[in-house]
Amino acid sequence: MSHRIIIGLEVHVQLLTKTKLFCGCSTQFGLPPNSATCPVCCGMPGTLPVMNRQAFRLSIEAAVALNCTIAPFTKWDRKNYFYPDLPKNYQISQYDLPFSSNGSLEIETSAGSRTIGIIRAHLEEDAGKMLHDENAGRNDSLVDLNRTGTPLLEIVSQPEMETAEEAKAYLEAIRLLLREIGVSDCEMQEGSLRCDANVNLHVAQPDGSFVATPIIEVKNLNTIRGVERALNYEVDRQAAELERNLESGYWQIDTSRPGKFRDYNIVPIAERRADGTLRPVSKATAGWDERIGRTEVQRRKEEASDYRYFPEPDLVPVTVDETLLAQIRQELGELPAAQNARLQSQYGLTAYDAGVLSRQGRAFVAYFEIVANRCGDAKEACNWIINDLLSTLNERKLDIKLCPLPAESLGDLIREIKAIGLNKQRAREVYADMIDTGESVKQVIDRKGFKPVTDDNQLLELVRKAIAANSKAVADFKKGKTKAADAIKGFVMRETKGMANTETVQRLLLEELAKV
Amino acid sequence: MLNLTATELLQKQAAGDLTAETIALAYLQRLRETEPRVQAFLTVDDADVLAQAKAIDARRRRGEPLGRLAGVPVALKDVLCVKGQRTTCGSKILRNFVPPYDAHVVTQLRAADAVLIGKTNCDEFAMGSSTENSAYQITHNPWGHERTPGGSSGGSAAAVAAGQAPLSLGTDTGGSIRQPASFCGIVGLKPTYGRVSRFGLVAYGSSLDQIGPFAHDTRDAALLLEVIAGHDPRDSTCVNQTVPEYTRMLDQKLAPLTIGVANEYFGEGLDPEIEQFVRDALKVYERLGATIKPIALPHSPYSIATYYLVATAEASGNLARYDGVHFGHRAETFTGLIDMMKKSRGEGFGTEVKRRIMLGTYALSSGYIDAYYLKALKVRRLIRQDFDRAFADCDVIVGPTSPTAAFKIGEKVSDPLAMYLSDIYTISANLAGIPGISVPCGFTKAGLPIGLQILAAPFAEEKMLRVAHMYERETAWHTRRAGV
Repeated sequence: MSHRIIIGLEVHVQLLTKTKLFCGCSTQFGLPPNSATCPVCCGMPGTLPVMNRQAFRLSIEAAVALNCTIAPFTKWDRKNYFYPDLPKNYQISQYDLPFSSNGSLEIETSAGSRTIGIIRAHLEEDAGKMLHDENAGRNDSLVDLNRTGTPLLEIVSQPEMETAEEAKAYLEAIRLLLREIGVSDCEMQEGSLRCDANVNLHVAQPDGSFVATPIIEVKNLNTIRGVERALNYEVDRQAAELERNLESGYWQIDTSRPGKFRDYNIVPIAERRADGTLRPVSKATAGWDERIGRTEVQRRKEEASDYRYFPEPDLVPVTVDETLLAQIRQELGELPAAQNARLQSQYGLTAYDAGVLSRQGRAFVAYFEIVANRCGDAKEACNWIINDLLSTLNERKLDIKLCPLPAESLGDLIREIKAIGLNKQRAREVYADMIDTGESVKQVIDRKGFKPVTDDNQLLELVRKAIAANSKAVADFKKGKTKAADAIKGFVMRETKGMANTETVQRLLLEELAKV
Repeated sequence: MLNLTATELLQKQAAGDLTAETIALAYLQRLRETEPRVQAFLTVDDADVLAQAKAIDARRRRGEPLGRLAGVPVALKDVLCVKGQRTTCGSKILRNFVPPYDAHVVTQLRAADAVLIGKTNCDEFAMGSSTENSAYQITHNPWGHERTPGGSSGGSAAAVAAGQAPLSLGTDTGGSIRQPASFCGIVGLKPTYGRVSRFGLVAYGSSLDQIGPFAHDTRDAALLLEVIAGHDPRDSTCVNQTVPEYTRMLDQKLAPLTIGVANEYFGEGLDPEIEQFVRDALKVYERLGATIKPIALPHSPYSIATYYLVATAEASGNLARYDGVHFGHRAETFTGLIDMMKKSRGEGFGTEVKRRIMLGTYALSSGYIDAYYLKALKVRRLIRQDFDRAFADCDVIVGPTSPTAAFKIGEKVSDPLAMYLSDIYTISANLAGIPGISVPCGFTKAGLPIGLQILAAPFAEEKMLRVAHMYERETAWHTRRAGV
């Protein structure tokens, strides 16, 4: 049975504020437990929240970058549930009037680029962390409230991703975007980027309709790679589960509750109870176990949790005026999707090359643009940067901002290579030397004595000498082993210390060999 | 000395006739003598009180500038946080809770050099109209031992009425300052929502709670309000608006003065004796040249129902934090987390608090929120619109504070609805966010005080106080003292 995969992501990102959303405590990661707390974030009686304006601004920046509509009026709500890492036993969040909605994000996969819709982005406070100490026969649960009250931006996508690869690309695009605009550092390992994935299948039926498997919300996704793996696993699991349960009769296609998804009809499934009656199979959550590479479905809930949302009376509604929005739009600068498009149109780069550059971020693209403009050959600049510079940076674990070779120098190098016809091997030597010494391309070439042999007569003489000295290779060549010419060419290159123009040598060699 | 007002205590200290220490000693003495019968206080630290007073005297001797309430004892309802001092909210669940911060009003009182004399009894988490819902003790009305002082700020009202403190602070979510003021024959003022910072006030109904003064007369109430009112960046709902000098303008009569009288405040359930005194008070105003204008507050019949949905919904959230995890009472024996939370809350909260948490939780629950909580918000807006319309035509609205004088202890504990009706005239001011004051306007044949309620438009406390003061100058009710 062919199926469509339906994936929607809920992403939480911690905002890069110095202090928490409703109090003045530090948001720094890794402080000693409960050291970044105060009566407000501990929810002590009589304390009141005060909104961090910087957090609100960063959220608007993110939402604008995600092409969201920004509400002129937004309010706060309390989401009520009891949990020890939530000291007030309610979370201040946004319910029916989020500050932004209706956005989109462009993603790149091997299949090309697509736009994924964003339902909404809203701001809320983070909860603390529970630590379970089971050492030495103890069974204590400890609470660390350092994270409590850290500003979190929740971004909810439309259920529009159709492959695990797209989900991965979506996360990468969000991470790049939010890092670029300085809203979040998006470190999944530190929890500043978190993701829950909702996934199910629409399995094609002979009559043209689709059977929808129950939606599973996959949690505990700690790496982007993990999201991809978990979704791939879950897709296979759901397909197998559906087949198994339909075969055994435990599940039935419930034609009494038909629905619509986009432009096609879907029918849910129902499970057969002991008394023979059917009941709908509800949404469930599953935990992803990175170690064994499996999702573990937890108990299905009979009904959705009732969070009893109501307007937070301790905070006043927030209004956003057009002046602020205009200012933010202006200050945001060029976003990755726009940058990608411009690299293609302005510099004639391929979608692949433009994608590689823009994924490295703005500073990297700026570096490229200096190199390209300096040397006048964008394609060559891009090749050097993607192939050589990127590996230099990776080897040395350096950010582009700490690049040991100034963009101007790389531009000069590329220009000089073309001007003097320096071959790739020699060019790389110069490149490495420039990084080590900090000298200009001219200085390095002079010092190394890389004076190109450009005199055709001189080269012709060398080619003839090479033919004379490599009779075996010449014979092989004549027998049709065209590769044998390389050995003869190598002789010329050695003689000129690699400073001969390879194309000229090739041309002369073929001419001479033809005469033999 | 104990019959003096705060204003007079300030004058006598300035004149050198009294010191803060002698004042403190006298009030502590009075407190010890009367407390066995009144039981207004939950915490009094004599040594701390005297230390505060002595420090003020020392500064006065050195000629240092002193604050506006220098040396005047002020009692605090035990829902207001005082750094390092037990703050129980009248609940077992906070029996040993010691906040590491001062409420904003406490900071303001300290800055004004007031002497914090102690924490007063109240209904648990300010939920009640008689102070009988305290987990600790029953406070008695100084005007009648078998009577309640009203509530929920009954301790603060009784303390002033019994001469245990010249001033006190209470909180008013549905009438909890004005009703006990009327029951105890003193002045009680609920400011406009947002006039006084709620920081450090342990929340009951956050969108309704306001802190306000109890005093023997309007001048003292105006003085205390001046000290506690004003902007506080720690409370987002506290409005950044200049605080008028209420005391300076107090003597200026308001002319012309139009007084709105709403039929809805003179309906069924109003004790005829009370009605007579209120009507007499209106005649006093007429004599002073005021115009009495009938007004309509058509949505006021819904105010109690609306209040018990809005306040309880907010309370269900506000009180969720008392779960035994981070602070407050934790059950001694339990199996697992959920059981610990259930037992801690079950043991720590009293009946009325549980009733309101359940009511609020229900009103917010899926399937019911539209019919209850959200509808209540709509009615709340209509109630506010009633007042907006009324204040377009009149300066203040005058009526009874409570339909009856102080009722007997135990009389209404088994009938919550009858108890709720005690706040029928006060509750709509909280829903609308407007200020209100109760001033003494007579005594029943049984010798129990009667309160006159004056309501004004948002942030019209100055006008409201001037109108109250006009009446006070023509009458002597406020000068009567209870003989505990």
